[in-house]
Amino acid sequence: MGLLSDPHCRRALSRLVLRLNTPLCVLSYVAGLGWFLALAFQPLAPRTYMSENAMGSTMVEEQFVFGERALSYAREFAGHKKKAGGMPVAWLEKTMWNLGLEVHKQPFSRTLPFPDETRERYMVKGTNVYGILRAPRAASTEALVLSVPCSEGPHNNQAVGLMLALASYFRGQIYWAKDIIFLVNEHDLLGMEAWLEAYHDVNITEVRSSGTLGRAGAIQAAIALELSSDVVTSFDVAVEGLNGQLPNLDLLNLFHAFCQKNGLLCTIQGKLQRSDWDSLPAYAHSLQTLLLMVLAQASGRPRGDHGLFLRYRIEAITLRGINSFRQYKYDMTTVGKTLEGMFRKLNNLLERLHQSYFFYLLPSLSRFVSIGVYMPAFGFLILVLILKISFWAEREGSVGRGEGGQGPSPPLPLPESRPGLLALVPPLLICHAAGLALYFLPVLGQRVATQHFPVSESEAVVLTVIAIYVAGMALPHNTHRVLAGGGGGSDRGWMTLKLLALLALALQLGCLALLNFSLGFLLAATMVPAAAAAAPTGPKPVLAALLVLATPAVTLLLAIFLQRELLEAPASAGEGWQLFLAALAEGLLQHHLYGSFLCPFLALGAYPCWLLFWNVLFWK
Amino acid sequence: LTQGFWRTQAWGQPPLQAPAGAELWVWFQPTVTNVDKAWKELSNVLSGIFCASLNFIDSTNTVTPTASFKPLGLANGTDHHLLRYAVLPREVVCTENLTPWKKLLPCGSKAGLAVLLKAERLFHSSYHSQAVHIRPVCRDASCLAVSWELRQTLTVVFDTFSSGQGKKDWSLFKMFSRTLTDTCPLASQSKVYVDISPKNKEKELLEVTPTPASVHEAIVQGDKRTYAVYDLLSPSLFNTSRSLNVQLKWKRPQDSSELPTPVLHAQRYVSGYGLQTGEISTLIYNTHPYRAFPVILLETVPWYLRLYVHTLTIITKGKENKPSYIHYQPAQDRRRPHLLEMLIQLPANSVTKITIQFERALLKWTEYPPDPNHGFYVSSSVLSALVPSISAMKNMDVEQSPLFTSLFPSSDGSSYFVRLYTEPLLVNLPTPDFSMPYNVICLTCTVVAVCYGSFYNLLTRTFHVEEPSRGGLAKRLANVIRKFRGVPPL
Repeated sequence: MGLLSDPHCRRALSRLVLRLNTPLCVLSYVAGLGWFLALAFQPLAPRTYMSENAMGSTMVEEQFVFGERALSYAREFAGHKKKAGGMPVAWLEKTMWNLGLEVHKQPFSRTLPFPDETRERYMVKGTNVYGILRAPRAASTEALVLSVPCSEGPHNNQAVGLMLALASYFRGQIYWAKDIIFLVNEHDLLGMEAWLEAYHDVNITEVRSSGTLGRAGAIQAAIALELSSDVVTSFDVAVEGLNGQLPNLDLLNLFHAFCQKNGLLCTIQGKLQRSDWDSLPAYAHSLQTLLLMVLAQASGRPRGDHGLFLRYRIEAITLRGINSFRQYKYDMTTVGKTLEGMFRKLNNLLERLHQSYFFYLLPSLSRFVSIGVYMPAFGFLILVLILKISFWAEREGSVGRGEGGQGPSPPLPLPESRPGLLALVPPLLICHAAGLALYFLPVLGQRVATQHFPVSESEAVVLTVIAIYVAGMALPHNTHRVLAGGGGGSDRGWMTLKLLALLALALQLGCLALLNFSLGFLLAATMVPAAAAAAPTGPKPVLAALLVLATPAVTLLLAIFLQRELLEAPASAGEGWQLFLAALAEGLLQHHLYGSFLCPFLALGAYPCWLLFWNVLFWK
Repeated sequence: LTQGFWRTQAWGQPPLQAPAGAELWVWFQPTVTNVDKAWKELSNVLSGIFCASLNFIDSTNTVTPTASFKPLGLANGTDHHLLRYAVLPREVVCTENLTPWKKLLPCGSKAGLAVLLKAERLFHSSYHSQAVHIRPVCRDASCLAVSWELRQTLTVVFDTFSSGQGKKDWSLFKMFSRTLTDTCPLASQSKVYVDISPKNKEKELLEVTPTPASVHEAIVQGDKRTYAVYDLLSPSLFNTSRSLNVQLKWKRPQDSSELPTPVLHAQRYVSGYGLQTGEISTLIYNTHPYRAFPVILLETVPWYLRLYVHTLTIITKGKENKPSYIHYQPAQDRRRPHLLEMLIQLPANSVTKITIQFERALLKWTEYPPDPNHGFYVSSSVLSALVPSISAMKNMDVEQSPLFTSLFPSSDGSSYFVRLYTEPLLVNLPTPDFSMPYNVICLTCTVVAVCYGSFYNLLTRTFHVEEPSRGGLAKRLANVIRKFRGVPPL
């Protein structure tokens, strides 16, 4: 600290920062990216371990043997589902009742802001059915949830069957200390959101549901199960929830432990773990897994029904049974045993899961990167912005001090009259107005758009988004001249604007990285170099191209291509474009249906900020 | 002392409900001068007798309700300052509490009905509640002297579903793994009552063996019930076989035959999410087809949930329902809990929703109990009501059936008294990470040191501009002279 209070040292430091600004920025950026790539290097990521005492010490002995019963339930359910043409509410109620559960149903309805074309739904009506297994000698203060989506077509019948078989087995046991809720939700996430909101008696989105609900106290953990085949070869576990929230790592460890105990193969992001770790292909493999996780987390989309639980501080994961061409298959009994073990361990919990990590990245299922290790990667990227801010602030200062400035920057040729900050108001206003328009207009204006153009509502919304987005770049960006007269358009003006934009960007990214590291990192990795380089003095076409590449929409497009590449299913340009359009619609829907913050963040935060840089670039 | 929760909707109206955990309420004699001290001593004594943590009853969980509890028996105290009420929802009840309770019985668990009370079976159940009630009663019909009545009750709910593979048949042996062989020689009355009320006037669905010697009909909680009575004192009972094993069999399997929903039942839950605010919601159902009746609601909320009384809303059928009586005593931090008592009119066939918002307080780090992430309990709220009965009642003869009148008192012929408890709540408070005090200390120390050091440096350092020296004494003198002369200094 003496360094900062000593004027000599401070001057030396600032001179160093100023002189070596560009090399330092480049170095910091490269260090950030390098650090991130090194995260996937297995020896750097420690092994996962169980932190929670109640779940770690003793293994339970699973006695579930009703795999056949699960399959017969599944067939019966499939028959009734086909007959009812949807959720067989009456049959489920009767079956659960006969199993000795306390049965409740919850009808709900929701009108989407605009039709969802990928899932073909607009006005959704459905019913959730759930049965509560009341724990003996417990006062219904805590509960666990096993949820299964009732999806269209032949999907997830086996999951319902297994759930019912587990319910009937669990009912006969006496060791339960927490109530267990067996939930079948219709319309996947919509039903789940409706149920969770009704259970917690809040109304965040506009789901309308009716009926009185049976409750079972505070939910401690939830497992969502998806299973569409009689036998499975492996289980894929999905962790990423809404807004990139993650469940406690202990829940994942629990699943991993039971998979190992029962010899089940388990994957994450669809990637099996490699046994060797010191070879280059192994490194590439774990980097792939890591990148997939980063992309999934950055999208802010719940990757399964569990994703909505996390908002209510309920630790939850989704387990997906995969039936591939692998030779060795596991039957329902093994799967049931795994679930039984997990539930019994969760039942043993004295406290909510809180011991292990909540912020982590997974290069494989048995290794994790904690927040302390991955944050420096982001820190280096943000450092670029901070260096630039200090550079511009210093230059700003020296310019303000006029010719007497001590900074190394060449003093300006003519001392100007002080142009007020007033000149910066119009560009700021315009950029943020563009952001507001981007946020509000597409959904509000869909009716007008469909009347005047031959498109469907959903297309209208997406195309309006793109139109406003592109139009924002063409807005008049030289309004400052009107206010400040001829002298306004000086170097000082754009420097102040750039300083403001850099500050805004650094703040936004800094806050974002704390909430959703992946999103913050991806945006930082793309926007930081372009933002740092933007200036009206350099080679304009190159900078403009760089800036366009860094815009959030292009980042999204590139991320889609990268994700398909990582999944080893590369998309062609046309396909990618289609996916991009679908992702835009999806993003808007996610915001309106579940309250995902990605869409408002991009529209109200990142996009106006990016427009400011665009403004700087075309400053005259 | 209760373990579990009475599921009113599935099991019907409870004969004698108690909140989960430990509950204690006492009316002190008017002669007691220091009620709080007496209360403290009494709870400690009882704690010792029943091996329960009743000694944790202190001012933070004791309240003085004004309307919910009335003295029983021969007292007619109205000064509610003599009343103390406390619930410990976290208390776990087990064998250690049962043994001292059994020792209070005249024959212990050696003879009589008490042989059935085998701990390992009693706790293999869905609900277990044991209680001791003491009240003054008349010694004889003329009521000139006062006696003390000690009543011990034990309520157990067995889950025949899980043990009987879905069948509802039961027998004494199945439930208690014992049968009745003799009576307690000290007993003047020793009877087993089995509820064999026929449902909806159909043919008899169930049969009990052995055939009961007599049948007792009574109106209990607004419902006509029939009981098979086995009098253990009558010598004929043990004549045929040496032991009595009452069995009940259903003649045909029952499917989804629910009990009729009780007239009054309630549900309580915490709504909202996040660790800052929340809302306690209570739903009270009145399923009576045409009669409205008032109910007294007593809520005790610990001080660390800061209730916002202005957010109290009572809504029935979409309209606001104004309580006719409200008594609210705000909490004092670390001293006493919130007490909220309300008299609410429940219209016929309605659901009343009572909500009140709260904010979660930050505790001092030493105030957290063990396992702080488990959450904090909020004790059950108490509903007391005179519920109008659906079928007409006639006053029961006290002399004829003393047990029923004391268990199910009815004030007049048309209504009966019910005291219900809602679920206890588990609320999470913001919890610091106790496993990382070291990190926290290190981090804070570093931050403080860095900030303090630099700030101190900046604040105490004196800056002065270095000026070229003014020259020697001669020069100064010359300047002074020049000043007088009005000539610019050197």
